Amino acid sequence: MQIHDCFVDQTGELSPDFPGYDDAWLNEVFSEMLFVRCVDERMLKLQRAGRIGFVGSMLGLEATMAGAARAMRPTDWMWSGLREGGAALLRGLPLSEYIAQMYCNSMDTAKGRQMCNHFQHKGTNYPSWSSVIGTQITHGVGAAYASKQRGTDEVHTIFFGDGATSSSGFHSGMNFAGVWQAPCVFVCVDNGWAISVPSSAQTASVSYAAKAKAYGIPGFQVDGNDAVAVHEAMAALIGRARAGAGPALLVLRTYRLMGHSSSDDPTKYRDEAEVELWRDRDPILRFERLLTKRGSLPEGGLAGLRARHEATIDAEIHAQEIVDPMPLRSLVEDIYAEVPTHLRRQYNDFLRVAEKHGEAQKGDGAFPL
Amino acid sequence: MANLTLIQAVNDGLRTAMSADPTVCVFGEDVGPKGGVFLATEGLTKEFGKNRCFDTPLSEDGIVGAAIGMAMNGLRPVAEIQFQDFIFPAFDQIVSEAAKLRYRSGGQYTAPMVIRTPFGGGIRGGLYHSQSGEAYFCHTPGLKVVVPSTPYDAKGLLIASIQDPDPVLFLEPKALYRKIKGEVPEGEYTVDLSTLRMVREGGDVTVFCYGAMVAVCEEAARTAAESGIETEIVDLRTLLPLDEDGVIEAAKRTGRVVVVHEAPRFCGFGAEISAMIAERCIEYMEAPVARVAGFDTPFPNTLEHHYLPDARRVLDAIERTARY
Repeated sequence: MQIHDCFVDQTGELSPDFPGYDDAWLNEVFSEMLFVRCVDERMLKLQRAGRIGFVGSMLGLEATMAGAARAMRPTDWMWSGLREGGAALLRGLPLSEYIAQMYCNSMDTAKGRQMCNHFQHKGTNYPSWSSVIGTQITHGVGAAYASKQRGTDEVHTIFFGDGATSSSGFHSGMNFAGVWQAPCVFVCVDNGWAISVPSSAQTASVSYAAKAKAYGIPGFQVDGNDAVAVHEAMAALIGRARAGAGPALLVLRTYRLMGHSSSDDPTKYRDEAEVELWRDRDPILRFERLLTKRGSLPEGGLAGLRARHEATIDAEIHAQEIVDPMPLRSLVEDIYAEVPTHLRRQYNDFLRVAEKHGEAQKGDGAFPL
Repeated sequence: MANLTLIQAVNDGLRTAMSADPTVCVFGEDVGPKGGVFLATEGLTKEFGKNRCFDTPLSEDGIVGAAIGMAMNGLRPVAEIQFQDFIFPAFDQIVSEAAKLRYRSGGQYTAPMVIRTPFGGGIRGGLYHSQSGEAYFCHTPGLKVVVPSTPYDAKGLLIASIQDPDPVLFLEPKALYRKIKGEVPEGEYTVDLSTLRMVREGGDVTVFCYGAMVAVCEEAARTAAESGIETEIVDLRTLLPLDEDGVIEAAKRTGRVVVVHEAPRFCGFGAEISAMIAERCIEYMEAPVARVAGFDTPFPNTLEHHYLPDARRVLDAIERTARY
């Protein structure tokens, strides 16, 4: 199977193998990447303003998300490893739910229980990551086994970062998937840094893609800042898995332009010159160059498109600012399908104190014992 | 009704659940054609095919991680961990993932699954084939922890666990696998996952126990009766969620309590029972709660019969508590 490393180079030139998508297609991808960036920038501003607690920025990774999202069907599963929120939006996670999750308010489908940046969307089969690195990899493999067993044609894309390739979940997941020929695609978003640890300190393998060989499955790597290369590789490997030819590993080489999170200062561990190099490889800049050459930039250029995206996002932020926090009862709900007696008793004891201090609201009442 | 050993009852429970529900899948190390190292899954691959009862690669975290994914996507996985001593590579998957999935997703995703594993001593298994790790798991909200002590309960609790909407750790007292026999109904029945079992009535002392310790406590109670001490025995059987009201009622009935388990004493399950009694019914108590437990040491090999609570040690605690 041939997987091309790159179709759109840094200067915006197309390779001779370019699959021939038209201006409308390229413009859509450009708009999607810019939308993800605008969401990210707005979230960082909200965090700096103290409105939300934490942001794990996707800046620089937009091509991995736009390229992957459009290669998947809504019925396919996407197992998030950390920074895939943008792809979730492009696959159908409503922006309102995305922002509600960042506010951890009562509109958050996860009921405000996880810290920011842990999105989920049942409608497009997108469970959230837990925070523990690599644990979702075996979940994706088991779920892929289930898809096969139940006779569906769903494919599971299992995302993780370069650091997760050192986890036991990576080893177990790749190994099980190879043995089971599970319909899944492992997607390693190699952004160069696992918080502060570079790839050179993560592995002695010649590449992350080479690791696939040990499990008897094919491994590939492409330029993760080229949305077309990401899309073509994802479409090919998803198609392969759907056809029953088994799992594959795809490494998307890219770069995390911001720190690991809003709490991280990357100047402590990496060289600014390296960051500058990657700024010029920016996936959105690359597409802007391409579209400029083709004379097909959208109306008002990048600035105009950006303004339209920001207006959409700001309207949703204003709506989410006024949503109520979660009711107190949610402290003991969803631990089990039904709230067991010992949790009812614990809550009722707590409620006595909360009521004494005027903290209980309507709906926070005691459970019957 | 058939007269079955506990391991046969487990096998019957699996077969019954697999017959009733095509989404039930059984897997783990050596559970396929071999039928498991204790033969709990004997004959299942032949009867249901290798897609429904199969061997996995040798990786506990892989087995449990994959089970979670299967459960999230429409199957009812029943994973076997060959010995409870080998479960710790999967601790992260059980504690951080399976047990927290419903909560962290606001109920959008759940993990209805069972992890079966033989636990406890009595087979000369040394440090790594004998441990009782229930306390680690009972400290995990979102998980259910179940321990049968009879063939009837083994089948009924197992079927209930497989049908349950939440993840269940099913601890099988391996010392009893072939030691006891009992009447087991044919076909499907369930035993409730939130009620204790009254084993023996008696007005002087209440003994709380579970798993292989139930038979030990029964032997001690028979001896105690010879000297006029009537002992009530309660099999806790569902450790999490625990039938707390049932425990308090039983403690109040005699005001004298002994708790027995194989696991080390410190922070063991007996500590929770003692604390619960102290909090909720200390005014009814006529004697301090006595604990009979394993030592706070690794599990020994040749001296295991001294490590494990036996009828003599339980009897001593019953007599001291009765006379206090």
